[in-house]
Amino acid sequence: MKPASFEYHRPDSVDDAVRLLAELGDDAKILAGGQSLVPMLSMRLAYFDHLIDISRLRELQGIEHRGHELRIGAGTTEARVGADPQVRQAVPLLARVTPFVGHFQIRNRGTLGGSIAHADAAGEYPAVALTLGAVMEIQSPRGRREIAAADYFTGLWETAMESDEVLTGVRFPVWNSRSGFAVQEFSRRHGDFAIAGALVAVQLDDRDGQDRVTRCAIGLLGLGPTPKRATAAETAVIGKPVAELLPEEIGQAAMASLDDIPADLQGSASYRAQVGATMAARAWSQAIDEAVARTSNA
Amino acid sequence: MHEHPLQLSVNGTPIAARVEPRMTLADFLRDKCGLTGTHLGCEHGACGACTVLLDGDAVRSCLMFAVQADGMEVTTVEGIASPDGTLSPVQSALRECHGLQCGFCTPGFVMSLTALLRDNPDPTDDEIREGLSGNFCRCTGYQGIVAAAHRAAEMTRESVTQR
Repeated sequence: MKPASFEYHRPDSVDDAVRLLAELGDDAKILAGGQSLVPMLSMRLAYFDHLIDISRLRELQGIEHRGHELRIGAGTTEARVGADPQVRQAVPLLARVTPFVGHFQIRNRGTLGGSIAHADAAGEYPAVALTLGAVMEIQSPRGRREIAAADYFTGLWETAMESDEVLTGVRFPVWNSRSGFAVQEFSRRHGDFAIAGALVAVQLDDRDGQDRVTRCAIGLLGLGPTPKRATAAETAVIGKPVAELLPEEIGQAAMASLDDIPADLQGSASYRAQVGATMAARAWSQAIDEAVARTSNA
Repeated sequence: MHEHPLQLSVNGTPIAARVEPRMTLADFLRDKCGLTGTHLGCEHGACGACTVLLDGDAVRSCLMFAVQADGMEVTTVEGIASPDGTLSPVQSALRECHGLQCGFCTPGFVMSLTALLRDNPDPTDDEIREGLSGNFCRCTGYQGIVAAAHRAAEMTRESVTQR
């Protein structure tokens, strides 16, 4: 359980890190919090001749509210994301999933950007990014570009980033005050990767005297090679009065379009779909309760 | 791969060394500093036996390289008791409440509990169990450890009131 030899680099700026990554090519890898990369190196599931440590770059850390978005630097630790009052207020879903990310000792080192760039199918931050439609900010020697979350997660541990690109920040949309957010996930032990999980974000309007769904996002984790959106289930609830929507049916609908649910020692695909439907139904109820309470107070 | 110079503080003692980049902080503490209280169970971040404090925060010392701790302050289980050997509240509560049997996981529990109770001096049962979810014990069944967490919190409060 010892990593193979590598050369260690700790550049002083993002520009230097990007330049170094381009120079060293495919034999180099970015090291952020290391909470996923180091185990992979230790188990020798991955080998790199060079690691470029960006964990100390201040310019990659920070949380900033800009208009209708909350921007979080990729190097911000998960512990900081979970404890930040701005995150709790502006992107409650991000704050609520954080306790599910590993354990507090992991969150002290692990970073938001590291989690999203690692792109585990059961990872909570990738699922939030996809659910809310976050925008990834990327830098390479060719300049800067942005990738929408919908285009970002391309496969198991794979993203749309090129090997010379570095994730520098993520912008999360801020929903209005008539919204509700919830996460539900099931794992054998706290802190394990979830067997299945669901995230729900809903926004309501009560203009005609009853609460209707005006915006809905349902994200799923552990139910495919990447995090997933239950697009059909989302579309089906738009415009509907909340009172007519049954959580169990929404849970079932959220599983309908999944065709590559993983099967392993933790559970078969059909078991995962059952768990996923239950998680989606519970998250739906919880998100709706919050949105209704906030809408009637608004 | 060439070695990197490294300067850090371990339990308050400044240490200078040269390390191969792939040496984890855990191996550095055990093999280079002789501090074998930090235990290695799984070596991939699951068991929590190697937990240390890095600039005060509880972290897995198997999930970072020693070279990454350059310039930082590390506290290991050897640095928890007073210099005269008086046990910390967490340590004496674990003894009092039978919070250990074989003791292999105990250093990790001591470090996690020390950080947990510092940040949350009066935790609920659920908060303790969540805070300890990243530390595995294969003997005690956790009841004694959770009791010790409550007892340590109580002892810390008592000592604050007495002051």
